Amino acid sequence: MSASPDAPGGPQQAAGPPATGSDDPTVTAIAGRGLSKAFGGVQALRAASFAACAGEVHALVGENGAGKSTFIKLLGGRLQPDSGTILLEDRRIRLSGPADATSRGIGTVFQELTLLPWMSVAENLLIGREPRSSLGLIRRSNLASEAEELLARFGITHIDPRALAAEVSLAERQIIEIARVIIRAPRILLLDEPTSSLVEREVAWLFSRIRELRAAGTAIVFTSHRWNEITSIADRITIFRNGAEVGTFTGIDETEAITLMTGRRVDALYPALPPAPAAASRPPALDLAHAILPGSRPAGSAERAPAELGFSLAPGEILGIGGLAGEGHRELFLGLFGAPPLRRAVIRIDGRPARIAHPSDAIHAGLGIALVPEDRKSEGLLLPLPVRDNLTLPILSRLSFGGVIRSGAERRMTRDIIGSLGIRTPSAAQPVGALSGGNQQKVLVGRWLLAQSRILLLYDVTRGVDVATKHELYELMTRLAGEGRAVLFYSSDTEELAHLCHRVLVLRRGRIAASLAPPALTAEAIVAAAMRETLAV
Amino acid sequence: MNSVPRETPALLPSGVPEDGPAPRRRPIAVHLIGQNIGLILALAILGLSLIIFVGLFAFEQHRLPGNFEVTSSVNNTMPLALAACGQTLVVLTRGIDLSVGGVVDLTNALAAIFLAGSVLHMIIVSVLILLVGAAAGLVNGLVVGLGRLQPIVVTLATLSIFQGLAIRALPQPGGVVPTGYTAVLVNPNVPTALLFVVLAVLGWMALRRSRLGVAIFAVGNDEQSAVALGIRAVRTKIIAYTLAGTLYAAAGLFLAANATSGDATTGDVYTLTSIVAVVLGGVSLFGGRGSAVGAICGAFITTMIVNILFYAHINPLYQSFYEGLFLVIAVVLGSAVGSFARRGR
Repeated sequence: MSASPDAPGGPQQAAGPPATGSDDPTVTAIAGRGLSKAFGGVQALRAASFAACAGEVHALVGENGAGKSTFIKLLGGRLQPDSGTILLEDRRIRLSGPADATSRGIGTVFQELTLLPWMSVAENLLIGREPRSSLGLIRRSNLASEAEELLARFGITHIDPRALAAEVSLAERQIIEIARVIIRAPRILLLDEPTSSLVEREVAWLFSRIRELRAAGTAIVFTSHRWNEITSIADRITIFRNGAEVGTFTGIDETEAITLMTGRRVDALYPALPPAPAAASRPPALDLAHAILPGSRPAGSAERAPAELGFSLAPGEILGIGGLAGEGHRELFLGLFGAPPLRRAVIRIDGRPARIAHPSDAIHAGLGIALVPEDRKSEGLLLPLPVRDNLTLPILSRLSFGGVIRSGAERRMTRDIIGSLGIRTPSAAQPVGALSGGNQQKVLVGRWLLAQSRILLLYDVTRGVDVATKHELYELMTRLAGEGRAVLFYSSDTEELAHLCHRVLVLRRGRIAASLAPPALTAEAIVAAAMRETLAV
Repeated sequence: MNSVPRETPALLPSGVPEDGPAPRRRPIAVHLIGQNIGLILALAILGLSLIIFVGLFAFEQHRLPGNFEVTSSVNNTMPLALAACGQTLVVLTRGIDLSVGGVVDLTNALAAIFLAGSVLHMIIVSVLILLVGAAAGLVNGLVVGLGRLQPIVVTLATLSIFQGLAIRALPQPGGVVPTGYTAVLVNPNVPTALLFVVLAVLGWMALRRSRLGVAIFAVGNDEQSAVALGIRAVRTKIIAYTLAGTLYAAAGLFLAANATSGDATTGDVYTLTSIVAVVLGGVSLFGGRGSAVGAICGAFITTMIVNILFYAHINPLYQSFYEGLFLVIAVVLGSAVGSFARRGR
């Protein structure tokens, strides 16, 4: 209240070079003081405090469940705090809802996408600020052209404003979501994991928008699980643990940050790989030939001849699949699971031909898939059902006698798997939907281990998972490979592929563009192979 | 406003070369057809059923349908068309309203009891009856919105309540609706009731372009997202149910005007037929997609089906059977065309 930051305005701008934009780091744009919030019996925030200044990018980092998203929802007016205060430019405010926050210049990109699927991109983008006629009615015929103009101003020309939101890709939806907030020119921009479904090029686009806004004096709060993103954009970093802040730093290295986030030391992010299985010692666990990946050909592809794909996966091997998004990885993983099957593919399991036309074939052939669809709202898990039911679903026939489930055996099995995978849940009766993302992944993996799958298809299992849980998943993967299971692993994080795989196949247009093994196996090599065509043309 | 982008380089979609051709867009017409496929289908089915009806009629009567047939078809459809518009508003919010029949019964009975009188009296009573419908809808909306209860359960309960009130108000069929009132709403000689259809369509177009319309669609698309976008979902639902109740009351008035007397049970059918009309009209029962214009088409389609069955000399006892059959065929056709359109991208 005493020092109104915006009133004088000009002087600082004129005096200093506006290169970094952080004209006066002492001016607090938005702050939460001692914010607490509980959901049912779970205390998500315990008197957490955090402040962001005008003209800075402030990263909020922490494990899943540390309270970052809850904090952002409080600042964005989506939730009301149980106690504590929110300060906007040093004035206490109460936010009655998201609309109130928006009108006060607080723009939020929530972690869960909020696009309305059956409305057009333009309607979504302009909702609440549509062009109106003199009668006050929306000019529906002008929506698309206005949206097009606004998007173009932010360098987005490839998204058709007339398309329905449900028709555009997940990354495009994320970009629209971001654009919808930034076209309203917020003074405070809250971004909760805005990059989780973006590829590098799109992340670069977002970061240049963020830099523009920072130069214009916007306070930007940003969460991400990708450390390199945080270090490349953030001016300051605040670490959250267990619903409260640990501290705010201007420079901190990754291991130190992880230690602070988890409260325990993690020696190295990536565990040592078990030795690669000797070639031809045993028949490959999975051998795929002549597979044609359906669809997913980028627009404007002149090639019409179907590309064939084949590879083999040995027991004990972690085989990585890399490449840009939308090059057929998803179809490959789904296809190996029979949902829907791969066209004309010849699949051999342990050297014997296998026909996989349906997921039940895959399960009985000893395949297991821990598949995470691109949209995290639906996960192949039955979210309202308890952990136990989710774990034992595919093996119920084995667990039951005369149609009745032997609950003693079921309980024992689930207890063992929860223990051995380190699934963090209060009990086996907890609904899976109440677990964090990383622990939900572990339940999926556990399900297929119980089903005695010897081939695991792990599709982007670490996306949106916090560093500590990632580390646990890495250790789990290497342990499973060490036990002789074959692992096929796709990740949108090339660093992960480079560190966790014995071999990496880079897909491009449904073909293997490169097969990389140490020492040639590096994150840079994967990116280069994925982009080669783009660079060469 | 429309300044050239500063130095912002164009963001390319993933998988597209930096200097390659820009990805092609689908023509505007494809978007328009794809996004209005339900309405287009409803219009097509209406056109088809009209042709069949006219053909049958000409074959039977050796002349084309004239003023009498058009007028009686329009007048008979008016109550359903209005009820279907109300049902559309509720269904768009991802709800469903089973209380339609009860509200039509109640307002129909009230009309038969109280309408007779001077012109001013009739106007005042009509407005009061519309308010009764609004109040009934408000009750639905408040319980659904504030109580966060399933619309199907709430409106099933209020259906019985409104039916009970209607029977209490008019235990025996009777009462009287002045002929002047009938002449204004459903003139038996000329299809002036079409004016009310035009009014309904204009009202729909205005709603579609209003803040409330956007909110109704947004809530039906995804309530959580709508709330995050600053839309007051509960208030939107309450308003939608209230408007719907008002339209059911209008349906009750038209029904009374058409029958020139009242009956506390004739409105019961509108619970189901309004849902049929909405489905035929291409409104998604999952909310957020559809048009009242489609629902009005749906109402006229059901009238046409009845007419066709009549002129095809099908035993009236089979009427329900064939109506159901037509509904199944129309819905299967609709979803087949819809999925074909999606695949055709």
